[in-house]
Amino acid sequence: MLFLSTLILIFILSCFVGYFAILRVTPALYSPLMSFSNAISGIVIIGAITGYGSDFWNFIAVFLASINIFGGFAVSSRMLNMFKKKGTKK
Amino acid sequence: MILPYIYTISICALILAIRFMSSPRSAHSGAIIGIFGMILAILSDFIPLPQHFIYLIMALVCGATIGIIAGLKIKISSLPQMVAILNGFGGAAAVCIAAGDVHMFSPSLDCGGIIGAITFSGSIIAFCKLHGFSFFQKTSISHHTSINFILLLLTVLSTIMFHCHNEPLYFSVMIFLSLLLGVFIVLPIGGADMPIIISTLNACSGWTSVAIGFAQNNLLLISIGAIIGVGGIVLANIMIKAMNTSLIKLFFHPKINNQTTDSPNKLAQSISPQDAAFIMQNSAKIIIVPGFGMAAASAQHALKNMADLLRNKFSVDVKYAIHPVAGRMPGHMNVLLAEANVSYDEVFELEDINHEFSETDVAYVIGANDITNPDARTNQSSPLYGMPILEVSKAKTVFFIKRSLKSGYSGVDNPLFFAPNTYMLYGDAKKVTEEIDKFLEQ
Repeated sequence: MLFLSTLILIFILSCFVGYFAILRVTPALYSPLMSFSNAISGIVIIGAITGYGSDFWNFIAVFLASINIFGGFAVSSRMLNMFKKKGTKK
Repeated sequence: MILPYIYTISICALILAIRFMSSPRSAHSGAIIGIFGMILAILSDFIPLPQHFIYLIMALVCGATIGIIAGLKIKISSLPQMVAILNGFGGAAAVCIAAGDVHMFSPSLDCGGIIGAITFSGSIIAFCKLHGFSFFQKTSISHHTSINFILLLLTVLSTIMFHCHNEPLYFSVMIFLSLLLGVFIVLPIGGADMPIIISTLNACSGWTSVAIGFAQNNLLLISIGAIIGVGGIVLANIMIKAMNTSLIKLFFHPKINNQTTDSPNKLAQSISPQDAAFIMQNSAKIIIVPGFGMAAASAQHALKNMADLLRNKFSVDVKYAIHPVAGRMPGHMNVLLAEANVSYDEVFELEDINHEFSETDVAYVIGANDITNPDARTNQSSPLYGMPILEVSKAKTVFFIKRSLKSGYSGVDNPLFFAPNTYMLYGDAKKVTEEIDKFLEQ
């Protein structure tokens, strides 16, 4: 069990990290970035796996979140592959 | 307790993954690191094995299969709606978690449920709009600002009731109202504002993770959720600046334009593809400005072919100029050009290329309109006034590839169409470009 103050500290520090990490991303990669962070936001799946909730809802949540995660990764790596193709060609 | 350490590793991996996206060269390895971090985080939660883990793994495998197949099969032209609907699934998952843990009566879990429900229904509406279901395109709601306020108020009220009476029925009411709220927020927003909406919804799904993380005392959810939430807001903010609007304006006074202003009495000059090809092969420098029209017609391959012909056969300097809000999601044009194998060294952002238009012979505007409208600079009464634009009008000659003289999404006439150095090429972006290619090949 973590203290609430620790959680708030983690929260605030992560906000700063997110802010500075995203600012450095080149505009050309905004689309893959979006679908990548979309995939990562499926992290709520953890809440369902470790959650104390009812099995039925956890089951559905895991199903939906895993579509989000793996679909997002598939889409973003497809986009990134397009960028990679030319990089090697040049 | 080994779990916090594993969580720390996967947080670092995910941060590194985003950091690696600063250049197209390193982005791919970044994605691999990110996927590694994510899978590590998911697997570590199966130690110790939760109850009924077989079912959870089954759900995971089913979802993953569907996700991967859909992600790989989807056409390039429908990527924006794919991103939107995937985001919706994340929101729905959050709602399910909140519903499962309803007996916890945790306020932050309710926040997660509310934001998740808004994300879900908003993303579904965004998907329908992007997919082009006509019903969702033309809907305008009267008094929609007050409807949103009332819905928000009712949602908060039902949350309070839920906590006062500890009655799960109020929870369902709360979720239902948030779903409605999501629908009403996104429904009146037009196509050109979609990049902003998609990144905002993306941010929302991050905030749901944060809320659920606080309820479940989970540092990974809080950390990653905050990074995504802030990242989504940063992205939305960049788009908002590029459109000279604000989130408040967007949500509470969306400009819906159903009026189709037909071409005024003024006359625009048109030109045949053959003549356009002739002018282009005799010029020294060409800047191509793609817009949503290019995406709609999937003209990027024909365009790339044209640029190659001009460069190799007639040694013309060809560059691409991309406005931040061109297309339907952030970076939409970059992805399409990348798909057609255009090297990213030839693609420039607004502020890097705007000064070059004055020394350009031909600006080839393909399927874009509002982002080139000179009224945004000069005409204070124009709704576009103040929006940064690509200064195409400074080029010696401007070619507009459009289907008609109709105004763009903003409903504002573009005076550039009637400028003496502007020539219109009427028709589908792909067909026109292919015809030009034909003449260039001869």
